[in-house]
Amino acid sequence: MERVVLKESAYNIKKGKILSIKQMTENEKLFEIALEGGESLGHQPGQFVMVSLFGVGEAPISLSSSPVTGGSFELCIRAAGKVTNALHRLEAGAEVGIRGPFGKGFPVRALEGNDLLIIACGLGLAPLRSLIRYIFDNRGDFGKVHILFGCRSPGNILFIDELKDWNKRTDISFECTVDQVDCARPDWIRYVGLITTLIPRVQIEPERTFAVVVGPPVVYKYVIKELLSRNIPERQIFLSLERHMKCGLGKCGHCQIQGIYCCQDGPVFNYGEIKHLKEAF
Amino acid sequence: MKDSQYVILKKENFNGFITGLSKLHKLVAPVSKGYNNYSFEEVSSGKEIAIKYIPTILPPKKFFMPQQETLLEYDISKDLHTEAVVEPEEMVLFGVHTCDIAGIQCLNMVFSEHPKDYNYLTRRQRIKIIGLECNEYCDEHAVCCLMNTYMPDGGYDLFFTDLGDYFIVHINTRAGEEIIEAINLFENAEKSHLEELEKLREKKRTVFKKELPIELGSIPELFDRSFESKVWNDLDERCLACGNCTMVCPTCYCFDIKDEINLDLSTGKRYRVWDSCQLEPFARIAGGINFQKTRAGRQRHRYYRKFRYPVNKFSRFFCTGCGRCSRACMAGIRLKETLGALMESESREVNA
Repeated sequence: MERVVLKESAYNIKKGKILSIKQMTENEKLFEIALEGGESLGHQPGQFVMVSLFGVGEAPISLSSSPVTGGSFELCIRAAGKVTNALHRLEAGAEVGIRGPFGKGFPVRALEGNDLLIIACGLGLAPLRSLIRYIFDNRGDFGKVHILFGCRSPGNILFIDELKDWNKRTDISFECTVDQVDCARPDWIRYVGLITTLIPRVQIEPERTFAVVVGPPVVYKYVIKELLSRNIPERQIFLSLERHMKCGLGKCGHCQIQGIYCCQDGPVFNYGEIKHLKEAF
Repeated sequence: MKDSQYVILKKENFNGFITGLSKLHKLVAPVSKGYNNYSFEEVSSGKEIAIKYIPTILPPKKFFMPQQETLLEYDISKDLHTEAVVEPEEMVLFGVHTCDIAGIQCLNMVFSEHPKDYNYLTRRQRIKIIGLECNEYCDEHAVCCLMNTYMPDGGYDLFFTDLGDYFIVHINTRAGEEIIEAINLFENAEKSHLEELEKLREKKRTVFKKELPIELGSIPELFDRSFESKVWNDLDERCLACGNCTMVCPTCYCFDIKDEINLDLSTGKRYRVWDSCQLEPFARIAGGINFQKTRAGRQRHRYYRKFRYPVNKFSRFFCTGCGRCSRACMAGIRLKETLGALMESESREVNA
């Protein structure tokens, strides 16, 4: 049988070296990765990469860093499946394979000049951090910025040092809530309750506000309802959907939502464009 | 229609053609496996070939996109070394029915679309297709007249039609012409041969009847109205979620990607393997949420992937009418009945 090397194959990987690993919570770690030869990943906030560990497999992971950072990029990874558990066993210096970036990220150009209401739930903060960091890097390009973050308990808070910093910033408004308090609560977390309870507290001008929401499917249902009741137009609501992409190329079928492929057509979608898709939420 | 595009092969020369061709290329053709089952397998003589056959257990997609194929080889012993590869094989497929040619045309569109799949395209380049006309229906499961795939419509290098004592052969590509030139058994087609071919096609138009009383063009709209249909609930109760229907479908191409490491614990391969949207874990994510929990939802997804979604994306249906899904279903889910039930449940609602 003939063997042909495919230089142009989309399954080729780039070599990445783990520069540092930071334990963030019991189940989540932040990996800083640099591509071989200092090559820039060239991603947009909201895109994802396929991370490989040879002999184990590949998993789709959202980018958590701003593209402005350049030289390296960050992935916030929860130990949930085979590949991510294996990644958690690695130490700095280890090599991984990277494919991508893939997909459509947050519509940065459309967001510029407008007010933003960013709502992150749990691990939804991982992709949204790439947007938030991008906004901080280009703060003058955006109007008012409100960030709401909710998670299960104080022990699940991601990027806690940064959140403390966001809480102090005067160029944004930031609020955090936890569903329940089962361990020590930092004094800057003012609320206990679901994320939806924070939305009525934010002062917004709906016609010039774009909402960007990332969280588990159940959150979308309630948060979107709340945003619509605040008169934010459907077309000004963006969200990122989670699916298990296997190829990232719109072929393998695993991430398909009715007629669209989450990996190529998303993962970031405009709510107005996908609200009719019954299998989306 | 230029006569030079057609040649004839007398039946007494058929075996010589097959033997000669099999010496030049790996030759694959439908072979009887007993109990009215057929399979595309390597052959070296005409006697092995089932000229009259109902659609093979697996469609010819298995040569374009094998059940398992290597995508990437790696060596992690010193420095990580990886290489994307494909292991293609030169071959000629003989005896491909028009429904299966349509299936290959669908896959060509999927894998040529950006981002291109070079594993598929490299294999495709090395496979020549010789079609074979169905003069009559294979069995009651086919819907090739409805899907308009019962007549040849390109997608082959050569196309054979059995006209009794001889085959008339349409030469469609330069690669097809080369086969004719290499095997010196063909004669020019005369006007009378072309007339006989036309007569057969006329007869076929009376034999092949639209299997369901619906226009092809109104099927997408039928599906637009059927997302919440009770028909899917009926399938929920019957489907065994075995995935047979998708494995045997000529246009199902979903796959999983897996890693395998050799016993040396440093070299290995990443490969893709056919997967099925009918299997319970297909749309499950690592966190545990399953976006296609029910068999009803998964069956609906399968039907929409044939009759609705590709119409937008590729401007064609991805059902070729071959009937394999109906033949392979252990629970007796029949495509014809499902479409019929969708039409019926709708007209009932309209009349209610």
